[in-house]
Amino acid sequence: MKADGGTLLLLAGYFALMSLFAIGGANSAVPEMHRFAVGVQHWLTDQQFSDTFALAQLTPGPNVIIVTLIGYHVAGLAGALVATLAMCGPTCVFAYFAGRASERFKGSAWHAALSRGLIPVTLGLTAASATVIATTSDFGWLAAGITLGTALIAYFVPVHPLWAFGVAALLGLGGLI
Amino acid sequence: MNAPPIPGSSEPPPSAHTPPPAPAPLQPPRPSLSELFIAFATISLYGFGGVLAWSRRMMVEERGWLTAEQFNEAYALCAFLPGPNIVNLSVVFGSRFRGPAGGAVALAGLLGPPMILVIIIGALYAHYGDLPVLRHMLTGVASAAAGLMVATVAKMARPLFHNRAVIGPLIALSTFVAIGIMHWPLALVLAIILPVSITLAWVRI
Repeated sequence: MKADGGTLLLLAGYFALMSLFAIGGANSAVPEMHRFAVGVQHWLTDQQFSDTFALAQLTPGPNVIIVTLIGYHVAGLAGALVATLAMCGPTCVFAYFAGRASERFKGSAWHAALSRGLIPVTLGLTAASATVIATTSDFGWLAAGITLGTALIAYFVPVHPLWAFGVAALLGLGGLI
Repeated sequence: MNAPPIPGSSEPPPSAHTPPPAPAPLQPPRPSLSELFIAFATISLYGFGGVLAWSRRMMVEERGWLTAEQFNEAYALCAFLPGPNIVNLSVVFGSRFRGPAGGAVALAGLLGPPMILVIIIGALYAHYGDLPVLRHMLTGVASAAAGLMVATVAKMARPLFHNRAVIGPLIALSTFVAIGIMHWPLALVLAIILPVSITLAWVRI
């Protein structure tokens, strides 16, 4: 772990920029984080990225804490703080002003167009996230089976994530034997 | 929205103020800063794999800080702001009640406790991450999380395919291919696809 100024600056700049592009929440930005952290910067391996995602899912709280974990992995405590603040800062300022102004926009046509235009994009991003996560974990058929099984079950019945994660962890463990 | 005035704001409330849809004769309780912090910390730590459901329960049902309608409107706003929805929600709610300090406190409540937890987890992973037992369990969890996302996508996609719509599915598919298959940068893809999608939605209205 290296906490030099250049790395921190890079973390800050990158996540501040991404903060503004993460429409539909942190999980839609997973492919982008993967592209940058694994593909461009080589901060993590595929397996480490997949593990980091799993750990963030296992921690209670908003999904955005995956950013905290990536920051921690790259540059320790300072990295964790810098990455999280950068990811939340710009969008929070935006939210603050938008919240104050929202009364005037409510019900306007462009408001409706904006939200309707965002829905399919968010959908595509979420699908991409699932694909990236499913293809970064390194043991093929078992992982694919777990993904498919969870998807099918969760589509038809409401599943609490904790149950899905618990069963999947045991199945993953079973793959070891 | 029948929001209380924001302290410290120099701006008068907008004159073209539409009357609230539901009559709100009673002034709803206005949370203090520490109440805001505790509420959002609780939401965050209980809100496992779905902070939204918990935030609604806390703000509307338990504390009565907002009506169901006010919550829906604020959520709709946060859902299309960039950035993590629930983070936006904490800022919008917090600042509605207590100005900038309220927003900051709600955000600190939401992010503080899970950040501490996740850093401890990260430190443990740095030490034990190579253990085969852990790796296999985590791969299982990641695969299940991917499966949950697939289910969410399938549920979200249903209304999109109604009325034999073509544009919505086409936009979703292009986004998916560009990001999930081609691994193109998010900023580039959004810079192209968002204007197209929003313009098309505008034209249809």
